[in-house]
Amino acid sequence: MAEIIQEEKGKKGGKRRPKKHSTHIDMTPMVDLMCLLITFFMLTTAFAKAKVMVITMPEKDPTEQIKDQPEIPAFRTLNVLLSGDDKLYYYIGVADPKKPPLPTLIKSDFSKDGIRKVLLEKNKDLFTKIFEYRDKRIKGEIEVADTTADYTIKEMKKADKKGPIVLIKANDLAKYKDIVNIIDEMAICNIASYAVVDISPVELEMLKNAPQ
Amino acid sequence: MTPMVDMFSLLLTFFMLTASFRPQEAAQIETPASISEKQVQDKDILTIFIAKDGKVFFNMDNGRDTTTRFRADVLKKMEEAFKEKYNLSFTEEEVDLFSRLAGFGMPIKDLKAWINAKDSKEREKLQTGIPSDSTDNQLMYWVRYARVVNPYAEVAIKGDAETDYTAVKKIMDLLQENKVNKFNLITNLVPEEATPADIPK
Repeated sequence: MAEIIQEEKGKKGGKRRPKKHSTHIDMTPMVDLMCLLITFFMLTTAFAKAKVMVITMPEKDPTEQIKDQPEIPAFRTLNVLLSGDDKLYYYIGVADPKKPPLPTLIKSDFSKDGIRKVLLEKNKDLFTKIFEYRDKRIKGEIEVADTTADYTIKEMKKADKKGPIVLIKANDLAKYKDIVNIIDEMAICNIASYAVVDISPVELEMLKNAPQ
Repeated sequence: MTPMVDMFSLLLTFFMLTASFRPQEAAQIETPASISEKQVQDKDILTIFIAKDGKVFFNMDNGRDTTTRFRADVLKKMEEAFKEKYNLSFTEEEVDLFSRLAGFGMPIKDLKAWINAKDSKEREKLQTGIPSDSTDNQLMYWVRYARVVNPYAEVAIKGDAETDYTAVKKIMDLLQENKVNKFNLITNLVPEEATPADIPK
């Protein structure tokens, strides 16, 4: 920018000096732009990657008959029936219309004191075992890699012969989150064996007569 | 002023380097919560979106390798399968454009219009869900061809928490018919833990 340098008066014989230019640049537009860009990036960035819960369903091949199906003692089977509205019922054993009386449904919910208490009590041994193992790892008493730890826990679950076998069944009123919640509960309680299976007509009938 | 500018530059660089853009999604989906900490893989994955109203959307990627264009291959196979029924034909440009787009959900006959749509608003109008009932099961074809083209693809289900279980079950049954037995249910992490103290005495 052109600047007019005024001749200084009063000083005689003094050299004419150019006025010193200021070294400061006006940064306001730059800052404005930066603010804009930061906001843009902050809003469009997807920080947390989506988490997944892996579930493997039993194969549905009608040609492949399952042979030598292991006998499951009835007292180990815990049936969980989901019926929407955050409602949940469970019963132990098998509901067979040929062998009355039918088991009674017990009402419960998804809260901490609901189904979790039931599951924890049934799965006491395995749960404590796995919890202690994890605790030891946190405290540094056992030093193993994550994959080894996962494998050890898997083996513990496989070896378990006392814990419940949970069968999850849902009727038409159930929401997707109910299923996810109950599978999540299985993970929290370290249940070794569970499956999502189709609901039987007897159980639908039982749900109709269940306490509200 | 200078410290502020310094900090801004720093932040800007950070955001620019870490940015992985949030993909545009076909529908607003609120996933249910779980304690699972496993991360979803970003490649070789087929995602099936199930919205609250039961509408189904589908997304897949082009594979880990930059030379593969699985989306384009799948589209060509779909074109082959539905050519006669809907008089379909996609140009080379349309196939190319499709391979760069994200999730979609409409009957195959509307796909051409979706690819050629000018803006996202127009695209949104066309998202009516992929037919997945027994009379016209187009979702099954998408899944089947996607699995043929990319045998390593895993299936992720992103369902809304309030979706009816029956709608999700229908999709799962369909997938099991296509020999998919492992599902990745997309959830959002809410940590929760039980301790031995919680065991009732």
